[in-house]
Amino acid sequence: MDRTPVIVGIGLSDYPKTPHLDGVQHHALAAQRAIADAGIAKSEIDGYVNASSNMMIDDPVTMAEYLRINHRYIDGTMTGGSSFEFHVQHLAAAIKEGLCDTALVTYGSDYLSRMGRSLGTGGFQRPGQRVAGPIQYEVPYGNSLVGAYAMYAMRHMHEYGTTSEQLAEIAVGVREYATLNPNAIYRDPITIDDVINSRMVADPLHKLDCCAITDGGGAFIMTTAERAKDLPNKPIYVLGAAGAQTHWNISQQSDFTTSAGAQSGPEAFARAGLTPADVDMIMFYDSFTITCLILLESLGFVGRGEGGPFIAEGHLRKGGSLPMNTDGGGLSSCHPGMRGMFLILEAVRQLRGDAGEAQVPNCKVALAGGSGGWLSCIGVAILGNEAPG
Amino acid sequence: MKNKVRSATEFLKPLPDPDAISSEYWRAATEGRLLIQECPTCGHRQWYPRALCTECSSDTQWLECSGLGTVNTFTIIRQYGMQPFKQELPYIVAMIELVEGPLVMGNITDCDVETVRIGDPVLVWFLKIEEGIGIPYWSPDA
Repeated sequence: MDRTPVIVGIGLSDYPKTPHLDGVQHHALAAQRAIADAGIAKSEIDGYVNASSNMMIDDPVTMAEYLRINHRYIDGTMTGGSSFEFHVQHLAAAIKEGLCDTALVTYGSDYLSRMGRSLGTGGFQRPGQRVAGPIQYEVPYGNSLVGAYAMYAMRHMHEYGTTSEQLAEIAVGVREYATLNPNAIYRDPITIDDVINSRMVADPLHKLDCCAITDGGGAFIMTTAERAKDLPNKPIYVLGAAGAQTHWNISQQSDFTTSAGAQSGPEAFARAGLTPADVDMIMFYDSFTITCLILLESLGFVGRGEGGPFIAEGHLRKGGSLPMNTDGGGLSSCHPGMRGMFLILEAVRQLRGDAGEAQVPNCKVALAGGSGGWLSCIGVAILGNEAPG
Repeated sequence: MKNKVRSATEFLKPLPDPDAISSEYWRAATEGRLLIQECPTCGHRQWYPRALCTECSSDTQWLECSGLGTVNTFTIIRQYGMQPFKQELPYIVAMIELVEGPLVMGNITDCDVETVRIGDPVLVWFLKIEEGIGIPYWSPDA
């Protein structure tokens, strides 16, 4: 029996703004669509994974009850937005080992409808609040989520001469793909000047260096290559997956020019028996433009400090050598808080050849690079549409 | 070395909820002392303080710092929704590299935010909030 782990079903809930849906409904809608897409019976699902942390509402055991999943394997690993790349790693091992045969991973969030655009600069505490845990060493200083990433950009510019124009190219390229996605929240083309002339939020990051906030949800189904033989979709193989963490809170990062991807990237490639040159398209967690640059370098696509000039050559754009975020990304399409789910779903869509106008020609290997926290936890999943050799 | 301590009249920002280890850190700050930890076994120095050395897992000891450092990286916060930060915009959030080694987070105050650069020397000062809680801040070390 071939227990090679494969993805056989994907589902998106509705986005970008869906005030009629709450987070749980996003989980459920995405699950319905992923199950239908996979062509399996719901009763086959014997593994369940999610990364939500609203206890008693949509945490893993509450959602397993809500969805009535009779699971033999459950995982609630929560590494922030990269959780779903870590889930692929964990499920690949669990499926190979026989801990479960067919697993469902879900995500859902009504962030935009419930919280507005508060994630980046709204603050996570209240005035005068007494805060315990390691974050107590940060809360008096009023850093924003954008500010945390801005400190990477500032240091990277200082060490390597990276420019705002080079970062802006990322936002421009991703927006170009968003024009092809009817659901994307921002669909008007933008220029590098538009980005660098947009309001400064936290130097050196401008408004258009920052991702959108939306509602949304997603789900995927992983099973064995054996089971996939009887299913309608071309199986998408998990060729290699790995995760690593340098810190959680931003004040514990010791090097603001790189990420834990410098560890998890090479491990994922080694497991896949591939190198960055073998990758046809990338799905990077574009919380901010700088996030993509740091991932590009730390995962080994370019050397340290080489990201800016590489990006400026247009490689990440449609028609470039390494197209990135072909669904319009978090920067322009869909970012409900933990975007790692959508990296997997779009990579699968590309590998199936279902991406329409955004299709990367002859796409055989796609890499999902998830960043969780403040470039804290980097999960990497390398997927392919041909069985590993 | 004892560094400058100012007293707050009213402090509306979020505050630490001191625990068994951090209470010493916040108390020292009310007395003008910046503490990190040093491992007597392997020599590793760390901030924030913890119940073990993150390098070798030994017990740690407090080390009183000089209060001198340089700007490792920073940002100018120009948009923030929460008061009272909002009324202080724009302000600097920085990672300070202590001369003793570790990076610590803080605001750089008493300066034109537009003039701050990576590598600038800075000096700690403290704002005493209440008994047992002082907050370290940084200003340019001219």
